[in-house]
Amino acid sequence: MKKIFSLQHVFLLLGALILLFILAPMLGMILKTSPVSLFETAKEKEVRDSIWLTIWTSMAGTLIFAVAAIPLSYLLVRKKFHFKKLVTGIIDLPVVIPHSAAGIAILGFVSRDSIMGKIGSAVGLNFVGNPAGITIAMAFVSIPYLINAARDGFAGVPERTEKAALTLGATPVRVFFTISLPLAWRNIVSGLILMFARGMSEFGAVIMVAYHPMITPILIFERFGSFGLKYARPVSVLFILISLSLFVVLRSLAKEKEDE
Amino acid sequence: MLTVDNISKKFSGFNLDKVSFNVEKGDYFILLGESGAGKSMLLEIIAGLVNPESGSIFLEGKDITRERIQDRKIGLVFQDYAIFPHLSVRENIAYSLSGTKLTHLQKKENVQSTAEQLGIADLLHRKPSTLSGGELQRVALARTMIQQPQLLLLDEPLASLDTLIKADLRSMLRKIHRNGQTILHVTHDYEEAISLGNKIAVIDNGKIIQEGTPEEVFRFPKSEFVAHFVGVKNFFKGKLTRENKSTYALIDNRVRIRVETDEDAEEGYLAIRSEDIFLSKEMMQSSALNNFQGKVVEIIPASTGVEVILDIGLRIHALVTRESINTLGIKEGSELWIHFKATAVRFIKA
Repeated sequence: MKKIFSLQHVFLLLGALILLFILAPMLGMILKTSPVSLFETAKEKEVRDSIWLTIWTSMAGTLIFAVAAIPLSYLLVRKKFHFKKLVTGIIDLPVVIPHSAAGIAILGFVSRDSIMGKIGSAVGLNFVGNPAGITIAMAFVSIPYLINAARDGFAGVPERTEKAALTLGATPVRVFFTISLPLAWRNIVSGLILMFARGMSEFGAVIMVAYHPMITPILIFERFGSFGLKYARPVSVLFILISLSLFVVLRSLAKEKEDE
Repeated sequence: MLTVDNISKKFSGFNLDKVSFNVEKGDYFILLGESGAGKSMLLEIIAGLVNPESGSIFLEGKDITRERIQDRKIGLVFQDYAIFPHLSVRENIAYSLSGTKLTHLQKKENVQSTAEQLGIADLLHRKPSTLSGGELQRVALARTMIQQPQLLLLDEPLASLDTLIKADLRSMLRKIHRNGQTILHVTHDYEEAISLGNKIAVIDNGKIIQEGTPEEVFRFPKSEFVAHFVGVKNFFKGKLTRENKSTYALIDNRVRIRVETDEDAEEGYLAIRSEDIFLSKEMMQSSALNNFQGKVVEIIPASTGVEVILDIGLRIHALVTRESINTLGIKEGSELWIHFKATAVRFIKA
């Protein structure tokens, strides 16, 4: 019998279906949104504020938590210690638990009667219903992406290279900043971008901690609930376009630096 | 200058067992052993990258066993060079200079002169990924040499280079040594050991089993392992002379051996494998250019055949079969002819 379809053809077809599955809803949404409504939506202060809030809270969470997450990734690669597997499991926890549940947990952690909440109140900061709370919720669900990417990066740095630097008289601190960090930088940057992106798209955890001020995913939800699909669509499209262009810019900036 | 005293360390796969040796100032000390003998581990212990379980290390009389790596005045060149891939050659070489009190200009001059010394001044702006193995090795040497270490540790520096570049680097290492640098060099290659070292220690299974000058180690192997490992029992120091386009090596001003070599050196070592020497009752015509008459001084059964030691003015070891011993009727005191080809003589420049 003559073979009409090779395995490769079958795989190509399956692959095309998956691509269609991802692209079709997005294209459908974009095509159903008129440029005029998009423009009108972009003019609304509420929308602009919410997009800006989403960007900066996620950015702040990424940068603040990176300060501790990157050294932790390094430790996880270089040091042998008891319960390392347990620690790795804990790090992946935010990925596997339902995000609304994570939001409840964070709310308990930062609410006024908790220790964190009391510390916050002492300096006049209330996490609940505040950008600070949003930042914490976003960071909670997105930090595994950074830690895992940075860990891959550090694992790719040969220990010998670090040892060589030590024999050249460098202190461990200098070795970390001049050898390990630059060599793992590519992975760390993609981890940062991933964490930032994941934070921006978070809904479940944030809504528990702060319905207001409204980040864009919650604004979309609210418009859908109060006014229906037609009103939720332009905000969604705008948010997607802005997010995408932001990541394209960040990626190309990172790439440019690498190619120098 | 360096005293390694009873160093022990257990590691997965091998142990270092009470290793002790002494490197004097100005030595080119070779640590010779098969891969997996614990040589690299020993270097890492001396450099401070690994802590020994017991034993001490002294540098210029000072106990440095627990001293921090960056405070030891020891330079280590890794087998795989460990060049920093994200830095240029210049930045690699200058790495150890930051934090010193040198001015920017002094640092620049320092890098330039070290690079010139190692013949890589034209590579300073390049990225390591564009360099060849030999060039990387030179960068690694320059990066270490610029700190002016009291002791330079080399881990198989020539292992992954091809023959031509090897010869180049050997002469570079000789030059560095002649300039007064004390070197401890680890290798599995006995030719490298002979051609560079003025002292050799043989390490096997984490133990030093013999130590001495190349002549002592190769001529009088103290154990089966050394003899087997170095592979040659006929090992002599000789001077090259040329007559009528033929090259001879004169040994002990007594015995003249025809050799084939491109080396234009005057002095060197000759190695002849005992398997390459054959024996006969009468002088015979053959392609062998080296024919000597001698007396059998000793007959020793070996794992493969029988070792016959003859005196031809030198002691020559020949490995023959039991059958030959019987056919030729070889006994202690017999007069025999020995023959070997000029091409069977390995000349190694010293």
